Amino acid sequence: MPHKLTIADRAMLEGDSGPGTALAMSILSRMADVMGAESLLDISAAHIDSSLYQGPATLEFAERLADGGARVRVPTTLNVAGVDVHGWRDWAVPESWADPARRQMEAYERMGCRPTWTCAPYQTEVRPAFGDQVAWGESSAIVFANSVLGARTERYPDLMDICCAVTGRAPATGLHLEANRAGSTLIDLSDLPPELCEDGSLYPVLGHWAGLRAGSKIPVFDGLAAGPSEDDLKALGAALASSGAVALFHWVGVTPEAPDRPTAFQGRAPDHRVVVRLADLRRARDDLGSGLGLEDGLDLVVLGSPHFSLTEFGVLAPLLRGRRKHDGVRFVITTGRAVKALAKESGALEIAEDFGAEITVDTCILTTPMLPTQIQSLMTNSAKYAYYAPGLLDRAVAFGSLEDCVESAVCGKVVRDDRLWRDG
Amino acid sequence: MNALVGRPLVPGEAEGEVLYASEPLSFWGGYDSETGEIIDRRHPLSGQNGAGRVLVIPSTRGSSTTAAVLLESLRSGTGPCAIVTQGPDLFVALASTVASELYGTVLPIIALEPDDFGRLRDVSRVRVSARGRVTEVR
Repeated sequence: MPHKLTIADRAMLEGDSGPGTALAMSILSRMADVMGAESLLDISAAHIDSSLYQGPATLEFAERLADGGARVRVPTTLNVAGVDVHGWRDWAVPESWADPARRQMEAYERMGCRPTWTCAPYQTEVRPAFGDQVAWGESSAIVFANSVLGARTERYPDLMDICCAVTGRAPATGLHLEANRAGSTLIDLSDLPPELCEDGSLYPVLGHWAGLRAGSKIPVFDGLAAGPSEDDLKALGAALASSGAVALFHWVGVTPEAPDRPTAFQGRAPDHRVVVRLADLRRARDDLGSGLGLEDGLDLVVLGSPHFSLTEFGVLAPLLRGRRKHDGVRFVITTGRAVKALAKESGALEIAEDFGAEITVDTCILTTPMLPTQIQSLMTNSAKYAYYAPGLLDRAVAFGSLEDCVESAVCGKVVRDDRLWRDG
Repeated sequence: MNALVGRPLVPGEAEGEVLYASEPLSFWGGYDSETGEIIDRRHPLSGQNGAGRVLVIPSTRGSSTTAAVLLESLRSGTGPCAIVTQGPDLFVALASTVASELYGTVLPIIALEPDDFGRLRDVSRVRVSARGRVTEVR
């Protein structure tokens, strides 16, 4: 192997910690070569996306590691699972899926991972600190850890994140190294109407638009008077990591590596500079919908990709209070079990349930086959749900703001307030 | 086309029909591991079948689950017979490596230089060698 392994790395590779750890180190060191790393570095935490059941192969991989005695060496959280172990019978999940999905969950718990089962562990768990070296999976969590927390992780695929966790090591390359974290493309927002900039639906749309252009580059957003909230940044990052392969962005004046524009670019000039126009974003917003128009009937409204936060429950509750969804529409919020417990304490959960909302924890509509065939059309405020639903679920999708989603659930058909998106 | 030489990220030999796109592909939400169909409805290859083909894409994108979906397709025999990318792509190299550990399958992965990648656009069939050569088959 061309890169340098330490004595401890080599011992793991040779099986001193058992066959599971040896397999993990063998895969990790080969991937370090692919990535062009000269050595491995220590990580202080990991977040595992491999917990997602995709079929027999992902289960066999997990059990090969766990049965081979692999145990995580750093504090490790788990991403969403392939099944909501308590609520799957309320939905269309077949037994033949639920059983192996549950076995896969158990394999990761046996390796010592914490059963957090969320794509947004940063909402309730101890967060990595600025500059911490970590190995995270889950595209939306990776971009949040890098951009909003300033922790350092590469864009780790499923199957590799767990190899990092059980060895406590990661290739010393890519976004682990400061020099590779400089912004590349300047995205100038100063031409956008100020009212739009105060609306939460700007962020998923902007992320969808910018992700298509950025590919795997590092976009730097600047020129907006109002600062985005953490939930806005969550939505932006998830969209950037769906239409693009973005693992890190900077927002000047907001994210920790971008106190000002020169710092975001590490003193270099941007490779590209793009001024975003309202017309660009209008097209991107239209592109997030697929096969479903205004006034069309609606079967499902779904919120929570990435998982709904406690703050989002707090914003949603006043929109729902004293109202009731249409009988023909199901209204689902996907979230983590820890946030659900907090929403219950805060009273927001009860308001949502009185409205007719159903809460799904540990998983989401994309990662478990929960939707019955009667549900053919859905509406969401999440760019990630909107991006993946047509291909993964073969369902028609409408995209709208949080308010649009609530109004549509009440009316039983797609309604949307387009005023903010019109010219002048 | 003259033979191209890339970096074999996972070495192996294969021959097949080329499925080319200049746009990156996410396997999660983009590739049906039970059938091999490309199901990303926004992707130019939507509706095509990747099973047994030499898939030529600049890179993967999006979801972390791409490697797992490719692994499933290799287990079910619905995967491509080789993947050629523009520069190294960790996700496809990883899936190929894990599949060889678990199932002994061989999925050659070759990373081409950016200038060479586009030359495969109009080529219909290629052979790839363990040393990273990509040769047109007529």
